[in-house]
Amino acid sequence: MDEHLHICPYQSIQVIFAVRNRHFKAGPGLETIISGIIQGLKLFFSGDPALWQIIGVSAQVSGAALLLSALLGIPLGAVLGLTRFPGRRMIQALVYTGMGLPPVVVGLAVYLLLSNNGLLGPLQQTWIPKLFTVEAMIAAQVVIAVPLVVGYTMSAVGEVSPNLRLQVRSLGATRLQTLGATLWEARRGVLVALIGGLGSILSEVGAVMMVGGNIDGSTRVMTTAILLETRRGNFELAIGLGIVLLGMAFLINLSAAQLQGKGH
Amino acid sequence: MAPVYQLANVTKAYSGRQILRIDQLDIYPGEILAVVGPSGAGKSTLLRLLNFLEAPDSGSIYFNQQPINYQSVPLEIRRTVTTVFQNPALLSGSVTANLLFGLRLRGQNDGQNEVDEMLERFGLAALRRSPAHALSGGEAQRVALARALILKPSVLLLDEPTANLDPYNAEMIESVIRGVNQIHLTTIVLVTHNIFQARRLADRVALMLNGEIIETADTRTFFENPRDSRTLRFVRGEMVW
Ligand SMILES: Nc1ncnc2c1ncn2[C@@H]1O[C@H](COP(=O)(O)OP(=O)(O)OP(=O)(O)O)[C@@H](O)[C@H]1O
Ligand SMILES: [Mg+2]
Repeated sequence: MDEHLHICPYQSIQVIFAVRNRHFKAGPGLETIISGIIQGLKLFFSGDPALWQIIGVSAQVSGAALLLSALLGIPLGAVLGLTRFPGRRMIQALVYTGMGLPPVVVGLAVYLLLSNNGLLGPLQQTWIPKLFTVEAMIAAQVVIAVPLVVGYTMSAVGEVSPNLRLQVRSLGATRLQTLGATLWEARRGVLVALIGGLGSILSEVGAVMMVGGNIDGSTRVMTTAILLETRRGNFELAIGLGIVLLGMAFLINLSAAQLQGKGH
Repeated sequence: MAPVYQLANVTKAYSGRQILRIDQLDIYPGEILAVVGPSGAGKSTLLRLLNFLEAPDSGSIYFNQQPINYQSVPLEIRRTVTTVFQNPALLSGSVTANLLFGLRLRGQNDGQNEVDEMLERFGLAALRRSPAHALSGGEAQRVALARALILKPSVLLLDEPTANLDPYNAEMIESVIRGVNQIHLTTIVLVTHNIFQARRLADRVALMLNGEIIETADTRTFFENPRDSRTLRFVRGEMVW
């Protein structure tokens, strides 16, 4: 009796654990994490095709999205930061709102725009990306990153003293040259803008999931793969991708810090 | 000789406050016109208008007999005029990069010889590679002046060019200003708080008070026999309003 009473609660706990484990497959214990890291590194360095294919798609999507965001966001940010026109405050407020857009909402909006019975989808133009393609994912990420690039660029050029801008004009600069010189003076801030944009692009998962569809071999990127593999219990691949993602973030910030150091 | 600038009934206000009201001002080619007057009189504002950096609210400004439309001042005209600002505004980068800046804007990519010549002339040779942000106030002021002169402007607008300088460098700058005016016949408008400097350098002097030009006269008359009692008090060093 005594013995039974003693054992019973213990056993019931064990039963609960067993049930949980069966239900959720192997839980990520410390061992799993460590072996995951080792396996992940092995996959990475052995050039595992599945892993590298995903990294490749990620790099393609993020690279294109960053480039487009820079091309759109930097000039727009510079103009918004430097010129005065009616409605400027309004646009600035919109930009700041855009900086905090929930990516899932962007995903939903882009999804609705591009879907076959959406606004743009039925137009069947070649420049309009189709849903569940890399191009659709790039579009969604540009929508997420552009407000960040615009917002940071806007405040960066605003920091350049008006006196210096006048001096540049006085030395014979055209409007475009003045804009260029001001952006150059604000280059640290512009770099921060690009890193901010890239950070949001790299870490984003909701929108690319929705408009890309996480299709194996075509639209699966690092973040969506991590989500999927974690759900499946394939922690090795998930951790491997996580490490790559962290490593990339670190390298980007390291080179940015290096670049900033050069300016000073 | 026909004036380089002719201003008539020029006004300028900032947020409703009248800053400039110039009934008439002519500036002649090849002259050094000193503009003196108390702080806040509108001297720097006048220079911004003369450099086409800001538009007047009303009135007309003729440049070489052409009426200036401030909405679209031709680049060729803008590039004949340059200002050295009251607070030297240098670009990031080296002293040399600053000197080359205006030439680069004009698409001239060689200019190292002119740069070397300028650095030598302004006693800046040792600083050619120094980052501009590390310069002392006086060094920055000399770089700003050299950066303007390298462009060989036909009109040079100087806002307190010797404010940060020791007597030796101030004298050096004065002789450079005089030299540029004599050799290149550059028209110079010199804003200065130093009435002795005005007397040393200027062909004519204008007194500004509260945005108005009170009196313009050749230097000797201005100091020895001014028409306006306020000019007389100003050259005596009394406060005038
Ligand atoms: N951008 C501006 N916005 C509002 N007010 C201005 C602006 N620029 C100048 N002012 C005002 O116009 C007046 C004249 O300024 P300005 O700089 O032309 O004077 P100044 O004669 O050059 O004075 P100082 O000798 O102190 O340099 C001042 O009262 C100044 O506060
Ligand atoms: Mg001033």
